[in-house]
Amino acid sequence: MSDIKLKITDRNGKTHNVMAPIDMAMNLMEVIRSYELAPEGTIGVCGGMAMCASCQCYVNSNHQLPSMEEDEEAMLSEAFNVTEKSRLSCQISITNEIEGLEVTIAPEE
Amino acid sequence: MIKTDIIIIGAGPTGLFTVFEAGLLKLKCHLIDALAQPGGQCSEIYPKKPIYDIPAYPEILAGDLTDKLLEQCKQFEPGFTLGERAEEITKGDDGIFTVTTNKGTQHQAPVVAIAGGLGSFEPRKPQLENLEKFEDNGIEYIIKDPEIYRDKKVVIAGGGDSALDWSIFLANINAEVTLVHRRNEFRGALDSVEKVIELKKQNKINIITPAEIVKLNGDKVLKSVVIANNDNEQEVEVDHFIPLFGLSPKLGPIANWGLEIEKNAIKVDTYDYQTNIPGIFAIGDVNTYPGKLKLILCGFHEATLMCQSAYKIINPGKKHVLKYTTVTGIDGFDGSRKEAPKSVVQALNK
Repeated sequence: MSDIKLKITDRNGKTHNVMAPIDMAMNLMEVIRSYELAPEGTIGVCGGMAMCASCQCYVNSNHQLPSMEEDEEAMLSEAFNVTEKSRLSCQISITNEIEGLEVTIAPEE
Repeated sequence: MIKTDIIIIGAGPTGLFTVFEAGLLKLKCHLIDALAQPGGQCSEIYPKKPIYDIPAYPEILAGDLTDKLLEQCKQFEPGFTLGERAEEITKGDDGIFTVTTNKGTQHQAPVVAIAGGLGSFEPRKPQLENLEKFEDNGIEYIIKDPEIYRDKKVVIAGGGDSALDWSIFLANINAEVTLVHRRNEFRGALDSVEKVIELKKQNKINIITPAEIVKLNGDKVLKSVVIANNDNEQEVEVDHFIPLFGLSPKLGPIANWGLEIEKNAIKVDTYDYQTNIPGIFAIGDVNTYPGKLKLILCGFHEATLMCQSAYKIINPGKKHVLKYTTVTGIDGFDGSRKEAPKSVVQALNK
């Protein structure tokens, strides 16, 4: 089994149940893009280098995610609409550990 | 009025390589870019990041790729209008396009190539009430003339290199600088961080962290800002507030040029990457078509094909054939000539 289930709420408030492969070195931002849950050009603008905050999301479930690296923390410190649940989805790898993760995509800046 | 054969909007890798390919066809190019230096994202966002998928370069830093592209196209003497955003386009009865920038610089050419990547880089703005009202009335996102801050009260917000560098610069011209950042740590060159700390020790910079600006006060002109710091709020008188939260790309005025837009990108015909307006091409990350991949190497391919059609528009009916640089070398517009020494060409019937 190489797919996990994720629940992603888009910027219009619609929730999507999606499957994501764990063996393609994908991150959550790329999953959002691959399902076109946010318009192109409004998410993953820097390509996934934690150098913009366009892929910010709020983690709604109680998953223990790997802690933030310095890049992500620094970027979020300059981003807008940040809450305690904020993460950059490009920094969340698709692995078995996040099976069932529930996130909401943050508003466009 | 700047006149050329191809106006290239965007001086990123695709735009720069267009200069080279156009040059091989003896077409002259002029590039317009909102950023102050060429290279686009490669020089602005990730100059120190290695890229691994440029053919023949197992690894190259984005900044080095920009340098190499500039070197490669140098002999074709491209013109540059930097730090200005392409704002308007009109087409004359003679079929010539005029592209005007936000600063009023005008450019004319029979062909326009939009290589604008994700758009022009605009400052990220904090979400504060009355922000727009005070823009250019005390709030600036880009420092154009540092002298206006001499002996003035300035609040800078941000934690990256530009916030640090400008704090240092303005403190050194006697501005009364307050640097506000949401974290205690700054993300910038170590050297800059150390300099800021040193200036703080000398009471030349006031640093408030972890804090942010929460309110702007003033009538027509900004008078003070309210800084929230650990549940405390303090009002600080200012002459200028400079938020430096980096840049984010916006498609911007191009979106209003009558071009067909899909998914925040310009739709093109894959025959030659021409848009719905004949004579205007879109290449690189700014375009979209079935199967599009936003990769630098795809931009290079698109630029090459585009130049063939540009030649036909500029020289209607005039014959030309695809030349191999290994066979014919390169004649630069600057009078230079590059060619392979005869000794390395082996006869086929040898």
